[in-house]
Amino acid sequence: MPKPTITSANPLTHRLLVAAAVGIVGLLIVVPLASVFAEAFAEGPAAWWRALAHDPDTRHAIWLSLTVAPIAVAINTVFGIAAAWLVSRFRFPGRSLLITLCDVPFSVSPVVAGLALVLIFGRQGLLGPTLATLGWKVIFSWPGLVLATTFVTLPLVVRELIPVMEAIGPEEELAAVSLGASGWQVFTRVTLPNIRWALLHGIVLANARAMGEFGAVYVVSGHIAGATDTMPLRVEKLFQEYRTPASMAVASVLAGLALVTLVAKFLIERRLEAEARELEAARSLPDTIVGSGTPPDAGPRTSTQGSTA
Amino acid sequence: MPAHNPIFRSPRRRSVLPGFGISAAITSLMITALVIVPLAVLALRAASLGPTEFLAAAWTPRARAAYAVSLGASLTAAIISSVSGLLVAWVLVRIDFPGRRLLDALVDVPLALPTAVAGLVYSTLYVERGWLGRYLVPLGIHGAYSWLGIVLVLVFVSLPFAIRVVQPVLESLDRDSEEAARMLGASRVQTFLQVIFPAIFPAVLTGFALALARALGEYGSVVFISGNMPFKTEIAPVLIVSRLEEFAYAEATAIAVVLLGMSVSLLVIVNWLQQRVARNSQ
Repeated sequence: MPKPTITSANPLTHRLLVAAAVGIVGLLIVVPLASVFAEAFAEGPAAWWRALAHDPDTRHAIWLSLTVAPIAVAINTVFGIAAAWLVSRFRFPGRSLLITLCDVPFSVSPVVAGLALVLIFGRQGLLGPTLATLGWKVIFSWPGLVLATTFVTLPLVVRELIPVMEAIGPEEELAAVSLGASGWQVFTRVTLPNIRWALLHGIVLANARAMGEFGAVYVVSGHIAGATDTMPLRVEKLFQEYRTPASMAVASVLAGLALVTLVAKFLIERRLEAEARELEAARSLPDTIVGSGTPPDAGPRTSTQGSTA
Repeated sequence: MPAHNPIFRSPRRRSVLPGFGISAAITSLMITALVIVPLAVLALRAASLGPTEFLAAAWTPRARAAYAVSLGASLTAAIISSVSGLLVAWVLVRIDFPGRRLLDALVDVPLALPTAVAGLVYSTLYVERGWLGRYLVPLGIHGAYSWLGIVLVLVFVSLPFAIRVVQPVLESLDRDSEEAARMLGASRVQTFLQVIFPAIFPAVLTGFALALARALGEYGSVVFISGNMPFKTEIAPVLIVSRLEEFAYAEATAIAVVLLGMSVSLLVIVNWLQQRVARNSQ
């Protein structure tokens, strides 16, 4: 048995396995992605630009997506930080139930979520008459879009923060409190610097999902062109109107955005891994050095699980 | 943990760390407003129908056909995703080859790409004049406006879940027992089946359940490619939307509750499996 390790397979098996993996990812992911751009630019960049910029309904859809997604992401950033702080720094009855509830939006069909919002805020809904007398419109209007988008992206920021905050532990924050820092000071000077990359990771993922959400938004929007159509809804409407090139043009903007998201995600994950290694190294130092707590530059640890979100 | 760790004091005994009140307030407000109330309203609305009316709404022949299409296509897609996901995860963890990091990054594309874009592109790829359809349609394989099309997009949206759950478990796998098995004369296949597979099986199952949950609820990509023909290629979420557009709220709600029941049972299974995986990896 002169092989380097006994468990390594022979090169031919390796090559076949790699070929199969590349084939699966290529056929399912790379070919479709490439064809979005090929189809979008089939008639040249000028036609692509015309389809995007010269159609007022498409322009409105782009603007609406760029408004709704950041609002939903901002709400979920606040929620994510609060929930992660609560879950990782305190023990209380109902804690694990709360963690489960944070994950519920992942298991609920977006269409069902949209329907639930219609049942609450729609004209025949629970709050419908009250809202009508106040003159507020939620369904078939942008607040409904924000609610639906917030629902589907709810777990993304929390899920990134909880494992990181659990891994760092509360020692630095306790030290800050014992030195007389206020709650806000602890958060801005200790917690936030420690979780910044994980937070950014969650925000990037939530934003991608928010920009691309279709099912929940479709149900609550009423798809009124030039009023409640977001970019993904515009893609569908143009496709239904047999304007596939224009539909592809909008789709290519969304696909481009997805690629930017992935590059950002990749760079952030490299940072997170580096900080996790630093944390590990700091932990393995003798007690005499780390005795008073981890060094200030020790950052969070990442989890590969988190990226499955 | 609270028993032997003085840091994690119960809030009733006053924790040293600030912010319990405000973070609890924000969290419970959001969870109540966005998760509990909407789902409760949905359940109450369905309950107010009464059993006979509920069955009449949720158990029509068309609805039953939609559940069958949803379940059948989602199960098929989740199985395909789990098998091919295990293969891709294995290659990413165990084999070093040029372009490995790129392949690893590409796996995340379905998480970032809007499902509407995926549906649009898949439907244009597999039609008769499409990039892939021009070779497949002459062979009688219709990847667009068919049941196969539904499965294809569902595999696309669920593949990353299957891969990303298995990958870390494969990475943390102890190589010693594998080498021991080989030294004791086990073949490669035997080693895989009797040493590796039992260790990663809970993770594979979790990935399967996550992929299935994602596939069952998927709407955006399927509407583009399925053709949405009642009794043939209409999935449950599409039926909910078409009932809603006819203002048949009761029927839409009843079907939604059935779909929600399937998702919730899956969530319970996933949680149970994840606890098992966590226990096994300790």
